[in-house]
Parts: sequence; C-alpha cells; structure tokens
Amino acid sequence: MMLSMRAAKQLRDYELDVSLSVGPGETLILIGENGAGKSTVLNLASGLLAPDRGEIALAGRVLYSDAQWIDVPVEDRNIGHVFQSYALFPHLSVFENVAFGLRCRKVPAGEIAALVTGELKRMHLSDLADVNVGRLSGGQRQRVALARALAVKPGLLLLDEPLAAVDVRAQAQMRRELRETIRTTGIPCIIVTHALRDALELGDKICVMEEGRVVQTGTPDEVLASGERGFIAHFSCGCGRNRG
Amino acid sequence: MDSTRFSRVARPGEAALSLLVFCLIACFLLFVTIPVASLFLRITPEAFLSSLQQPAVVDALRLSLVTASVSTAVVVLLGTPLSYVNARVRYRGREIVDTLTDLPIVLPPAVAGIALLMAFGRRGVVGEFLDGLGITVAFTTLAVILAQIFVASPFYIRQARASFEAVDQLYEDAARTLGASRLAVLLRVSIPIARSGLVSGAILSFARALGEFGATIMFAGNFQGRTQTMPLAIYTTMQGDLNDAISIAIVLVVISFAVILAVKYTTRRTA
Repeated sequence: MMLSMRAAKQLRDYELDVSLSVGPGETLILIGENGAGKSTVLNLASGLLAPDRGEIALAGRVLYSDAQWIDVPVEDRNIGHVFQSYALFPHLSVFENVAFGLRCRKVPAGEIAALVTGELKRMHLSDLADVNVGRLSGGQRQRVALARALAVKPGLLLLDEPLAAVDVRAQAQMRRELRETIRTTGIPCIIVTHALRDALELGDKICVMEEGRVVQTGTPDEVLASGERGFIAHFSCGCGRNRG
Repeated sequence: MDSTRFSRVARPGEAALSLLVFCLIACFLLFVTIPVASLFLRITPEAFLSSLQQPAVVDALRLSLVTASVSTAVVVLLGTPLSYVNARVRYRGREIVDTLTDLPIVLPPAVAGIALLMAFGRRGVVGEFLDGLGITVAFTTLAVILAQIFVASPFYIRQARASFEAVDQLYEDAARTLGASRLAVLLRVSIPIARSGLVSGAILSFARALGEFGATIMFAGNFQGRTQTMPLAIYTTMQGDLNDAISIAIVLVVISFAVILAVKYTTRRTA
C-alpha cells in the first residue's frame, strides 16, 4: 500500500475514527454529508491536524505514530493538498504560485523555470503565467492549485471538493481533465466530495463517511449497486440521475 | 449622506439640524486648520529658507531623521516576530504581553521619561550595571533612540498584529504543505500578504518617534547635535529666534502630511 492510515481524533460533536488505505496510482473518494469529517481526514493526512492516536505511513515511511512518538512536520511530508477554496497566494502571479514549493526546496532558478513552464503547459495555463491569481476564473484557479501541488512531485495528492468552486457548466470538462491528470501522474490520490457523480467518475474506490466513520467501502459499481439500501441513497448525488 | 434626499424631505426641524451639523463640522475644521495655516502665514519664504540653514536647525533635522529611522527599524525588526506570534499562537500570558506592549500609548511621555531614567540612568536599575561596563545611556543619542522606541513601538505592534490576524490561515497551511518551514511561511507568505498594514504601522511609528518630546527631554536631555531633536529644537529656539522655531514646525507639518498621505496610499492600494 502507498498510504495506510489509521487515525482517531476527538472532534467537537463526535470522535473521528477512520482507517483507510490507498494503493499506487489509486484514487480514493471520501464521500459523505457536510460535517462527516471528510476534510478532517485530509488535514490529518497532510499533518495540518494531529490525530489523538493512530498511525499514518506513506510509501513505507511513517509520518505519524503515537506509539513511536513520530509526527513528521507538515512541510516534510511532501503531500500535495489542494484546498476547497484553493488558497492561491494572492500576492503572487500564477507562475510564482506554481513555483512556490520548488523555491522552498531551494531548487536552482533555471530548473524552476523549466519545471514550472512544463507544469503550466500541461495544465493549459501558459498564457496566464504572469497574471495575478485574483483575476482567474474558478476553473483556472483549480488548475493553478493543482499545478502548484503537482509541481513538487508529491507522494500523495489530497483534493478537497476540487470541483465545488468551478462553474456548473464547466464541471463535466474539468472532471474529465482532472481524471486524466491524476491518471497520467500516477500519484495516489484522495478526493473529498459530496457529489456522487464526482465519486463515480473519478474514483477507483469509494469510502462513504458518516459522523467520523467509514460506513461503506467499495468500488464505484459496488457502492452504486448497494445504493438502494445503503447510505448512499440518503443524499443527493447532484448529478441529475434519477435513481429509484 | 444623500443630499437629494435631504432636500426632498426638507422639514423645518431637519433643515435646522443639518445646518447645526454643518456648523459643527466647519468650526472643527477651522479649529484644526487655522493654527497650522498660521505657521505658514507668520513667516516669509526668505526667513524660512535662512532659518533652515541655522546650525541648530540643521542639526535637529539630521538628528531627528536619523534617530527616528533607527528606532523605527528596531521596532519593525523586533515587533514583527512578536506581533506575528501574538496573532497566531495561543499561549499562557498572551493577554499580559498584549497589554504591556500597549502600555506606552496610554502612559504620559513624562512618566516614560522618568521611568527610562530610573532604569537606564547612571544610578538606574540597569544603568548601574551598564555603567560598570563603561556604557552610558542617559543623555546620549542612544537615549533619544530608546525613548522613541519606547513610545512609538505600540503603534507598529498593534497594527502589525491586526494585519497578521487578517491573513487567512489557509494560505499559511497551503504554504506548509508545499514545503515551507514556519520561518519561510512568515517571510514568503504572511509578511507579503500583510505588507500594506505593516508599512502603514511602520509609518505611524516613525511619525510618533519623530514627534517624541517629553520622554526625550527628560531621559536624553537637550544637547544640540546629540539629543536635541526637532521638537526639542522648536522648544529651545522659540525662546530666541521665533522664525527658527516656526521653520522647524513647518518641516514637521510637511512630514506629517506626507505620513497621512503615505498611510492612506498604502492601506488603500491593496484593500
């Protein structure tokens, strides 16, 4: 397994207690209602939050373990975390946003220019390199955030509601592009969403979350097949598919 | 205020009220502007220029600009990490630190002056120790700088803390996931995003240092070229040549206007 994660943390309303794993090149979907603890799982994985107990390991390297007193700082985990609001640095251009992680790693300037230019090209952002991020559309911001996270070649990619801030009409295309990008990079990935369509189209494996627990795990087909009885029937898929 | 709505509603009572408000504003503006304008009306350009060449005036100008710049630099260097920590980290005693850093704003400058003297004077709590090392602080240019730091630091620290608090923590989180250490987050993300607030805080702090009078004259004395800053020079030259005092005052008025404009400009641009 690339990522194996077992973590418990007392939150305000319930105790979050999850254990999940992501294989090489696999995309795991965390789906559930607002407040189910999906984003918290991402924060635990990237180290922005510390679990009360558990163990998190990425590619054989222990990132967190309460038993071994290990808690690797966020900046040393090399995990790409794309936030729901994207959190693009407002004082930097598109180019500098994407270059940020490389500058932190003290990569030589020439190499940075080449890597960032390549990344921008791949994400169809070349024309926007010098634009301030304040002027971008939702879809463009999403691509910059993704390019920024991918530029440092992370060992794991975390995407929090990657399509939520994208215009509804552009979502289908963005979803296709996103799937392609994840497939070509081969980086294991966890995507948080509350839209069933995202889950079905992007995921290799789906974990349904409810009040801090994973209540169902399976491939998209399995989850869909159990849809009538399972938890998935409760919430709107946001995809216009009329089931039942 | 919407003036068209005022004229439409024009009931006698409301008209009288708006006239009263107008008079109040006018009186206040005159009260502020007449004294400042009087400075310019009571001196001829020739007298102004010749006063600016007086050694006492030149010394005061130079000393003021140097000391206020140094004290502002010290305040920014020490105050930036302090205000960042107080904006971001919850630790025991944070409220106490906040209250103490604000204290010089409400403390009368004369109190600050005698307090500094009791601390750093030759027989002072710290001064006695420094004197043993051959270091004299009181009545030197260093004392001028210390007095300015003491009274001016809250202006920067308060503003800096508010500016850091306004920086969305998500940007800092994002920076850390991208590999930035805490120091790199501060230097590459938090400070640049908070920049306009920090700059306007530094400008206000500089202005306060430039105007410092009470603590300086008590703690540093009034020696031309060494501790006689512009406000002290106004006080001293007033007893001899009034033109010199007015000239220095005019220079300070100009700087004050520049400060107001600079603060407005820096805070508006990124707002």
